Amino acid sequence: HDDLKEMLDSNKDSLKLEAMKRIVAMIARGKNASDLFPAVVKNVACKNIEVKKLVYVYLVRYAEEQQDLALLSISTFQRGLKDPNQLIRASALRVLSSIRVTIIVPIMMLAIKEAASDMSPYVRKTAAHAIPKLHSLDPEQKDQLIEVIEKLLADKTTLVAGSVVMAFEEVCPDRIDLIHKNYRKLCNLLIDVEEWGQVVIINMLTRYARTQFLNPNVNVSITHMYEDEKAEVTTLEKRKPYVMDPDHRLLLRNTKPLLQSRNAAVVMAVAQLYFHLAPKAEVGIIAKALGMFEPYLKSFYIRSTDPTQIKILKLEVLTNLANEANISTILREFQTYIKSMDKDFVAASIQAIGRCATNIGEVRDTCLNGLVQLLSNRDELVVAESVVVIKKLLQMQPEQHSDIIKHMAKLIDNIQVPMARASILWLIGEYCEHVPKIAPDVLRKMAKSFTNEEDIVKLQIINLAAKLYLTNSKQTKLLTQYVLNLAKYDQNYDIRDRARFIRQLIVPTDKSGALNKYAKKLFLALKPAPVLESPFKDRDHFQLGSLSHLLNAKAAGYQELPDWPESAPDPSVRNVEVKDSVCAERTVLTGPEGAGVLLLQTTRGSSNILFHVLLLHSHSEQSSGAENRKRGRKAVKNQKSASESESESESSESEDESEEESEEESESDTDVRKKKVGLDWNRILANYVCIINFDTFDMNKITSVFSQTIAPSGLIKMYELLHRITGEGLAVEYCFSRQPFSPDPNMVAVQIQFTNNTNSETKNLHIEDPRLQSGMRIREFAEIGLQPSESVTVVIGIDFCDSTQAANFQLCTHTRKFFVSVQPPVGELMTPAFLTENDFKKEQGKLMGMNEILEKLTLGEKCVNEHVIVERVTATANLSRVPCGSDKECRFAGKTVSSGCLVLVTVTTKEGGGAQLTVNCEKMVIGTMLVKDILQALSQ
Amino acid sequence: MIHSLFLINNAGDLFLEKHWKSVISRSVCDYFFEAREKAVEPDNVPPVIRTPHHYLINIYREKIFFVSVIQTEVPPLFVIEFLHRVAETFQDYFGECSETTIKDNVVIVYELLEEMLDNGFPLATESNILKELIRPPTILRSMVNTITGSSNVGETLPTGQLSNIPWRRAGVKYTNNEAYFDVVEEIDAILDKSGTTVFAEIQGVIDACVKLSGMPDLTLSFMNPRLLDDVSFHPCVRYKRWESERVISFIPPDGNFQLMSYHISAQNLVAIPIYVKQNISFFETGSSGRLDITVGPKQTMGKTVECLVVTVHMPKVVLSANLSATQGTYNYDPVTKILLWDIGKLNPQKLPNLKGSLSLQSGAPKPEENPSLNIDLKIQQLAISGLKVNRLDMYGEKYKPFKGVKYVTKAGKFQVRT
Repeated sequence: HDDLKEMLDSNKDSLKLEAMKRIVAMIARGKNASDLFPAVVKNVACKNIEVKKLVYVYLVRYAEEQQDLALLSISTFQRGLKDPNQLIRASALRVLSSIRVTIIVPIMMLAIKEAASDMSPYVRKTAAHAIPKLHSLDPEQKDQLIEVIEKLLADKTTLVAGSVVMAFEEVCPDRIDLIHKNYRKLCNLLIDVEEWGQVVIINMLTRYARTQFLNPNVNVSITHMYEDEKAEVTTLEKRKPYVMDPDHRLLLRNTKPLLQSRNAAVVMAVAQLYFHLAPKAEVGIIAKALGMFEPYLKSFYIRSTDPTQIKILKLEVLTNLANEANISTILREFQTYIKSMDKDFVAASIQAIGRCATNIGEVRDTCLNGLVQLLSNRDELVVAESVVVIKKLLQMQPEQHSDIIKHMAKLIDNIQVPMARASILWLIGEYCEHVPKIAPDVLRKMAKSFTNEEDIVKLQIINLAAKLYLTNSKQTKLLTQYVLNLAKYDQNYDIRDRARFIRQLIVPTDKSGALNKYAKKLFLALKPAPVLESPFKDRDHFQLGSLSHLLNAKAAGYQELPDWPESAPDPSVRNVEVKDSVCAERTVLTGPEGAGVLLLQTTRGSSNILFHVLLLHSHSEQSSGAENRKRGRKAVKNQKSASESESESESSESEDESEEESEEESESDTDVRKKKVGLDWNRILANYVCIINFDTFDMNKITSVFSQTIAPSGLIKMYELLHRITGEGLAVEYCFSRQPFSPDPNMVAVQIQFTNNTNSETKNLHIEDPRLQSGMRIREFAEIGLQPSESVTVVIGIDFCDSTQAANFQLCTHTRKFFVSVQPPVGELMTPAFLTENDFKKEQGKLMGMNEILEKLTLGEKCVNEHVIVERVTATANLSRVPCGSDKECRFAGKTVSSGCLVLVTVTTKEGGGAQLTVNCEKMVIGTMLVKDILQALSQ
Repeated sequence: MIHSLFLINNAGDLFLEKHWKSVISRSVCDYFFEAREKAVEPDNVPPVIRTPHHYLINIYREKIFFVSVIQTEVPPLFVIEFLHRVAETFQDYFGECSETTIKDNVVIVYELLEEMLDNGFPLATESNILKELIRPPTILRSMVNTITGSSNVGETLPTGQLSNIPWRRAGVKYTNNEAYFDVVEEIDAILDKSGTTVFAEIQGVIDACVKLSGMPDLTLSFMNPRLLDDVSFHPCVRYKRWESERVISFIPPDGNFQLMSYHISAQNLVAIPIYVKQNISFFETGSSGRLDITVGPKQTMGKTVECLVVTVHMPKVVLSANLSATQGTYNYDPVTKILLWDIGKLNPQKLPNLKGSLSLQSGAPKPEENPSLNIDLKIQQLAISGLKVNRLDMYGEKYKPFKGVKYVTKAGKFQVRT
């Protein structure tokens, strides 16, 4: 390898690359290249990225064998961990964690911990991947690694989710408690996670659900365990029906669309989830994607070109699907299989026929006749398999089939397969009274050939002899003794043993014990008919789709699927508190004449805030109260504004029972109000008298609530929802009113205007069947009617989850349904935030790096002054202006409606019409799209 | 999860190994070779093989066994899907996935495998992301690289990795913007002796080749979407739009990809384009048999059936065939016992026929079983299910792309029993 060493030592990258390529080719072929280690490791810091990558490949391959030399490279990776390029940071961590050298465990641990809080989600993903590597290198690190896993589980990006759950499964699959707080998030992210991560998450959540929820298939009625004195208790318990935990439902709902995945592993994962977790009635939905049940029978018909294992599986499915209605078709199909050239498959087909015959009484005789015909088949294997199956079938009704038994007795002369011979002998022995003449003759023949038979046949000969001795000792006494004598000197101890045992049992001697009297009962007892079982039985306890299930043996690392708990563990463990850990209590005091006082006591960190909000508007009090309660249950989002802290007020609620009812009430209530009041936040707000009492409280947070009322509304653009012609006279337009949607501050208010251009009344106008991306929610308007040429405006709320995915739904009138969709421009997904100049700078400082997008642009002709810029930006996005000392800069701030992420926009103008646009936002997709929109607005 | 990967050719040569954790000796493959021998046909090798310390999960594709080594519990389908993805990636990069191309591009193969798995868990499997990390080889680039020593490896993180559309790379630019869709349908069918359809279904895929600049948002709609009852999609497709409106709405990956696959089941009557009249019989005495096959058009919707091939796996005792074909050529391989009749275009005026005698091993008993016929065919410009693309709309970009849809019907697993 001297030439390679020389090339590696040269200072030309092209030579180094060539050398590394040849070395990697050697590794790929499995050739040993370990002696080049010193020459290769020198190049670990090479500038050429391809050389570097190939050196990494080499290093990871041989580091274990050359530990000391490998340590030389560590500092390079440590430097790489600090690189500003995220790809370099990630690959440094990847290689570092792949070097299996125990001495660097502390360095690895440190690197993983640091990477787990890296700004780049890609680096965090790499950290998640590194966790199982370190764990397998040094299991002692488990506790520390679990801490990292806990941290990464809280990550909100889809990129990290799959990898960290993988790490969880490898390191601490039993720490179900770490999942609680992340459960809902994982369910909601699932659809956007890459497919491999989906499989891992779904499998883990299946296990999780089995520990946390109740069995949906348990019969609800409770048996009368109690006597009369406790009758009341029983009736009470009986009345309590099974109610599925909403989180259980969430999992089922969010996994369902993945049945359409192109990845079979994902489809299988969802299928097993439904199999293990869904109420029986819903399991059917997986049938279509998997093609499991009866209507798909023919999909399992077998072609001669199918691989053997597929043939066997298809056969199994067909057998399981057989019932009275389709058995004749299936049997006809099976008949063609028996003619196949693949003999193993023929044998399996014969067994399948036997199973159908035992399961379906009506066809037993048909099957039996078919099998008897096979006894004259030229292929001995076919005959043998048939004999075995016939034996089992005959056991069910022997008296009707003595001619078949006779026929089989004749076969003993020709058939050589031991299992078949043994079966025939057993049959003759068992039913010797049906063939009284033939049986002794068979024994005679067998006594002659005894020494040449296989062991299983010998055992059956002894058996036959014993049974005949007991029923017909006159003819067979001597034969039996002859057979037993032969067996006594057999080479096989089992046979010697059996012979000795049977002799003692059946031949009366002085010494023979009490059992002798019962010999007949013992040997000729009525035996239960055998059950022909599937070769795939007995594996139900394994999780479907797992390796262990396939092999029917527990593989290393298999996690048992737990049984459903008897009673559901506390569901509130999955409730997520807001970041600022706001916890609050609320009391509603109803005053005279329907006026209410809303008392809010909020504890935020160390500071106490007392809100006394006097509600003069009774309507809004009731509805917003109910709303709060509803939102409180769903309180997942991290909200900062004071209005949201109201909604948090119920996060510790304990009102499960009354919840459903109160929600319904509140909905109808709100709907009434929406129609009448038209959801005017300003008006409601004007009716509030707020007394705010606080020790330390960020003033901005309060103001931000109210700043919404003064946010510039700009020019509101109307979009078409339904054209007059397609709508058959009904025209629908919508706009983003930029008003807060008071029933749910996480929703974007969409104002919809209906115009009836026809001559007749349009009745029952309402929304139906919203089809939303997971996590998205819609708040519909109450049904309305339209007189001819009337126009009505309603407001709906949509939680777009901070994405520009369209919300699809149907608009229904009393006669028609129209598919429509509302797609928000990115700028409408935010709401203005009030910040001071200093706060703006502070927040901007936190959103650097990946979260910052810079673009240069040339301002359009009409963008002559600051005023136009402000107008253009606020028209594009619902942002508020932030005061700024410099006249060259315009700043805007807002936060996303759904999750409250800050969106900061800066436009810096330069001489000659040039400008620079900066957007800082944690949500990079939002940021990127916003940049695009603002650029367009400013350069026009 | 996936510990190691071995690539083994049909002759049993192990020509590539890759380990993602500590090295596992290639002797573990002995268990595979044992199973391979037992299975006779490569297709019959059990996909999961258990050894004392490992599990071997393998697929057979393009005459290569992809044998992966597993040590702990993992859904077998997960591994199988991944192995297929590896094979598809090779195909995507090198035009074909064969032993020769893998050996010729061993360094790129190794770099790819390195990116696709980290510690045995899939890392980057999207073609668009991989192509930004490792550029596919072209003749020009490999020449330039040899001279200048510049590399095939990307230096920045692919943009797709961080976006919520990881399948598409950013900054795509073309001078000619075009989007082509191929609707390919395969008929899986079993016909019985008398020509009656025992079972038939259609497996369809829509392959796309989309070369559009920027971030196009496409909507593909069908004239008759209700035909499709079981569909699966590329991750780019919005499930909800399909569910509510039966349109395929997506931001496409750049380049070639499979947009969706669908399944039209036996319940909807599946048109069978040809019929086969056949008679294969073996005589009780004289160690011989007779064969007579005629193929004719049935429901071809007025199109021409092309590339018609009939394959028969003969029983072992058939030594040779003495036949005459009115059209095309036939060949009987006495080793594999496969009779192959390549007909070509089906002429409805003059039906092709293959007739003659078969000679059997003397003294051997007459075969019990009759061989079944496997049919291959192709019909251009026709989707046999009647599926029709209605329109393709593009949003999000301003240019006018060139659009095209092609239809083709093929025989899938099309078998005639005798």
